[in-house]
Amino acid sequence: MKVDSGDFLAIMGENGAGKTTLAKQLNGLLRPSLGKVTVDGDDTTKKSVAQLSRKVGIVFQNPDHLLFSETVREEVGFALKNFGFEPGVVVKQVERTLEALDLAHYAETSPFLLCGGGRKRVALAAVLAWEPDYLILDEPTIWQDYQQKERLRNFILQLNSQGKAVVMVTHDVEFVAECNPKVVLMSKGRIVAQGQADEILSDDGLIEKASLVKPQMAKLFSQLGEFGFPRDVVDVHRAKMLLEQKLSEAKVSVAQSS
Amino acid sequence: MAETQAGTIAAKDLGFQYAGSTSKALDNINIVIGQGEFLLLTGPSGCGKTTLCRCLNGLIPNFHPGEMSGELLVDGVSVNDETTSELSRKVGYVFQNPENQLFALTVEKDVAFGPENLGLTRQEIRDRVDWAMEAAGTVALKDLAPYELSGGQQQRVALAGVLAMKPSVIVLDEPTSFLDPRTAEEVMGAVDNLRRENGITVIVVEHRLDLVGRFAERIVVMDHGRIVADGRVEDVLDAEFDRLSGLGIGLPKVSLLWSMLRRDGLVSERLPTHVESAVKMLSERLRN
Repeated sequence: MKVDSGDFLAIMGENGAGKTTLAKQLNGLLRPSLGKVTVDGDDTTKKSVAQLSRKVGIVFQNPDHLLFSETVREEVGFALKNFGFEPGVVVKQVERTLEALDLAHYAETSPFLLCGGGRKRVALAAVLAWEPDYLILDEPTIWQDYQQKERLRNFILQLNSQGKAVVMVTHDVEFVAECNPKVVLMSKGRIVAQGQADEILSDDGLIEKASLVKPQMAKLFSQLGEFGFPRDVVDVHRAKMLLEQKLSEAKVSVAQSS
Repeated sequence: MAETQAGTIAAKDLGFQYAGSTSKALDNINIVIGQGEFLLLTGPSGCGKTTLCRCLNGLIPNFHPGEMSGELLVDGVSVNDETTSELSRKVGYVFQNPENQLFALTVEKDVAFGPENLGLTRQEIRDRVDWAMEAAGTVALKDLAPYELSGGQQQRVALAGVLAMKPSVIVLDEPTSFLDPRTAEEVMGAVDNLRRENGITVIVVEHRLDLVGRFAERIVVMDHGRIVADGRVEDVLDAEFDRLSGLGIGLPKVSLLWSMLRRDGLVSERLPTHVESAVKMLSERLRN
């Protein structure tokens, strides 16, 4: 498996498939017992986690594993200070990140007073703040409402356009359907498929194998096969376009025959 | 009186403000939930969903201090007249973060902890633990330590621990967030079966309506500490789609698709909430 700069990649698969274990290999928290992991050409067994973290930022699944500061602002600035950024840069980066994740009005609040969705976003912000080249997000959408997910999606796309690579571990098939990243599908410790989200998420065999369910649009279009629709539809806007066409045709033919 | 009202919840003008907070987390909540209902509680982050749930088992105001107003009855008894330990027999709570409720050295001991503290006989404890672990799909994990499990496995163990208490109400705060989608469906299906077989009242807090929508009969939407919509899932989605979408609620994609087609005058039927009904309606239209 390979991640290039600017990539957006989703690791999916059943509970216990090895997704988080794979993610932890990417910044040296875990080291391979067989084979090799390299980050920008450096073998992870030859670098410290601290060295690797500068390049590879991981946001854990459970935000409570990561939070400890007294205010959200301190939490988000913590790593920046420890990496030795100039105070001016720290302030600027913290503000920017708080704004992007809709946390500015909680800056002086204790992260532990926030609701689950808020804590998850603080954990994200704390890593996003130092702009690592590779971002590993373990279940970034849990506890988030739709609006926050939209915000997150835009933020990821923006990072991608700056050449940052984003790897997310997720079960959120609808979020993946909307983002259409490249998917690495895992099952029982192995990668069983790699490809674009719309191909993978509309493939019955793969979905079954990795204990996923199809996104609603893929479910819908797999049952509308008799009308000549493509099967790999996962995005609601593409679905609308296709249906619009067919329904307008149907309308016209009804009008003509009457 | 309490006997006949097992599994019922009634809130009248319920309000709550966390100590140190400047605004109300719950504001004038009025709701009646009947025995055996499956209710989906949703709303944007920070709208008060979790706060409302915490009131049901006495965590508010006993554990999270603040100012509570109005009235809240569980099984016909005011929550003010009962301790958290009494309430927790009636209302089982699966927390958003499963780590917050797991602590024993093995899964089996964790599940047994609740029943052991109810002073039941050994046999009754054994039966309950076996039943709960089976129902939550955790039998294979019984000798493992909770902390070495994956998030999804922990979530199922937390559910088993709550089931073993045989509560009349189960509150699940985003119970499927760490589960893969197939397992999430299985767990929600198992909860729904328990409800049907044992008449347990189920309240699920969830952002993803597509996951829970097919089990829930009723949806309650909150915003800024208030209830802003309450009714049958299909009715509320159909009547309030744009407003709910404006609140940032994760509406089922099939309903979103339908609302877009309907806006363009291409379909006229009510919004479907599941794929199956959309397939049926679209097939009929396309065949003609």
